[in-house]
Amino acid sequence: MSQATATAVEALPASTRRAAGSAGDRVFEALCRGAGVFVLLLLGAIIVELFIGGWQAFRTFGFGFVTSLEWDPVQEVFGAGVPVYGTILTAVLAIILAVPVAFGVAFFLTELAPEWMRRPVGTAVELLAAVPSIIYGMWGFFVVVPVMARHIQPAIIDTVGELPVIGWLFEGPPFGTGLFTAALILAIMILPFIAATMRDVFEQVPPVFKESAYGLGATRWEVMRGVVLPYTRTSVVGGIMLGLGRALGETMAVTFVIGNANRIATSLFGPGNTIASLVALEFGESQLGSLKLSALLALGFILFVISFIVLAISRWLLRPRLKG
Amino acid sequence: MASTTYAAAARPDKDPVVAARLGTRRRRVDSVIRIACVAATLLGLLFLFSILVTLAWRGLDAMTFTVFTDVTRPPGSNGGLLNAIVGSIIQVVIGTAIGTPIGMLVGTYLAEYARGSAFGNVVRFVSDILLSAPSILIGLFVYQLLVVPFGGFSGWAGSIALAIIVIPIVVRTTEDMLTLIPNTLREAVIGLGAPKWKMITLVCWRAALSGIITGVLLAVARVAGETAPLLFTSLGNNAWNTDLTRPYPSLPVTIYAYAGSPYEDWIALAWSGALIITLGVLSLNILARSIFRAKR
Repeated sequence: MSQATATAVEALPASTRRAAGSAGDRVFEALCRGAGVFVLLLLGAIIVELFIGGWQAFRTFGFGFVTSLEWDPVQEVFGAGVPVYGTILTAVLAIILAVPVAFGVAFFLTELAPEWMRRPVGTAVELLAAVPSIIYGMWGFFVVVPVMARHIQPAIIDTVGELPVIGWLFEGPPFGTGLFTAALILAIMILPFIAATMRDVFEQVPPVFKESAYGLGATRWEVMRGVVLPYTRTSVVGGIMLGLGRALGETMAVTFVIGNANRIATSLFGPGNTIASLVALEFGESQLGSLKLSALLALGFILFVISFIVLAISRWLLRPRLKG
Repeated sequence: MASTTYAAAARPDKDPVVAARLGTRRRRVDSVIRIACVAATLLGLLFLFSILVTLAWRGLDAMTFTVFTDVTRPPGSNGGLLNAIVGSIIQVVIGTAIGTPIGMLVGTYLAEYARGSAFGNVVRFVSDILLSAPSILIGLFVYQLLVVPFGGFSGWAGSIALAIIVIPIVVRTTEDMLTLIPNTLREAVIGLGAPKWKMITLVCWRAALSGIITGVLLAVARVAGETAPLLFTSLGNNAWNTDLTRPYPSLPVTIYAYAGSPYEDWIALAWSGALIITLGVLSLNILARSIFRAKR
């Protein structure tokens, strides 16, 4: 220790200061690490609690619980088949409806829109993502359902419904509610998420690549298809999976419009349910400790497993590009 | 497609007819797709517009002074939403107050201590899963964890459920903001002899402050509209109640109950509640964005 340092470090001896500092460091690092461990425990606890809650149902019905189509609270027979079918069908249908539109929005925001328009339109898309799901539910129930019942569904039933091979998908009375309407609302909800992810990954393409293609005389669409999409393919799929993960677990919006019937509808316009909508609706009518409550928690466990797989794949696909 | 056309016509640039036709075709495909993309964007904006117009039209229709001054009452007796609004605010504040410090510590751990470490990657992955996990499952989890053992729905359970949703949002923004801070700043602080924890709390956090505030505001906006987790935890309450150990009112749950009811005046109240919540959430979002931009 030189004379200069000793005076600069004021009255306390250097050794005390260092000890105090390192004790503070140890405490703070332990706090941060503890919080990290807490997050891991949280996820573990969610899985364990849902499984324990659903154990009674899993034990009573065995593995057949996952595929059984029965849901009869009076006879105390429960199966997850119908809500699992409804969950996956509406989520996949929502993705099919949302992805082309989301791609269009992202393409517009990154390549086509004039500079002054990008920020306001981008913000508007992000605001669409911020609207709470219960608002989508109300809007869907009071605005979209009447339009579906009066105009869209009768038109589709009279035209596509008459076609030979796919007609049966669009049969039945036009209630307005049902699986298709639920998928449509879900599509509108996840559209901004997918569009925002796609925009972010499109923006990461090095400008040199695009400029080279433009220099060769490529049109904007050719640049998108030949340069941007191949470069960002993995992340685009990751973004779509992220949207799928959201659609699988969405509760309030679906509960309002799906029609809530526990049977497999062959027509897309028929009523159905999803895991989340069934749990939200039936929870209030189940007694503590009853088999029904256990079945609802078991449904929650199944939903957790499905969305965990989808989200894990999505994160895995999105990770390398976004970090690189 | 384009390449096969080139191969078929030996030298397209030597054949003006082929070149012109190819050029026209390419331009036509390009225009069609560009128009489709503009249409897609307009469609997206139309949805936002339709939601806002519906909310304004039906919400303002039922918006009276009583909405903010009276509690929820049976149908036909001109009630308001005061208890639901206050209940929502209290639960969101408690949830944010619990979730923010935990989220900040985790984000700090990821950015300052565990960069590139395997354990850090696991924590980051799990936090990202929690970020997108269905919120209804958070509600079921807290129901199992707090409602069943402690014998009843309570405001505390609701607040904790919201806190669990806040944590991963704050983790993400804290880590992102801390990662943006240049290492030279850290080296300068350490070079002055400061311990690492002082470097983080007094310099890094301060440098990342606007970003972290943005994250917290976005988290508040997100949980303010959450309905599903509260259905199983705080349940809702039609009376005035500030006792956090009892079933607790909240705006989204009240909207859910009222919108599905057969009574005209309850549905009207649900619309005004929906308008209040959407305006609150959207203005929080815009505020968060403007803070973030102003600082940058």
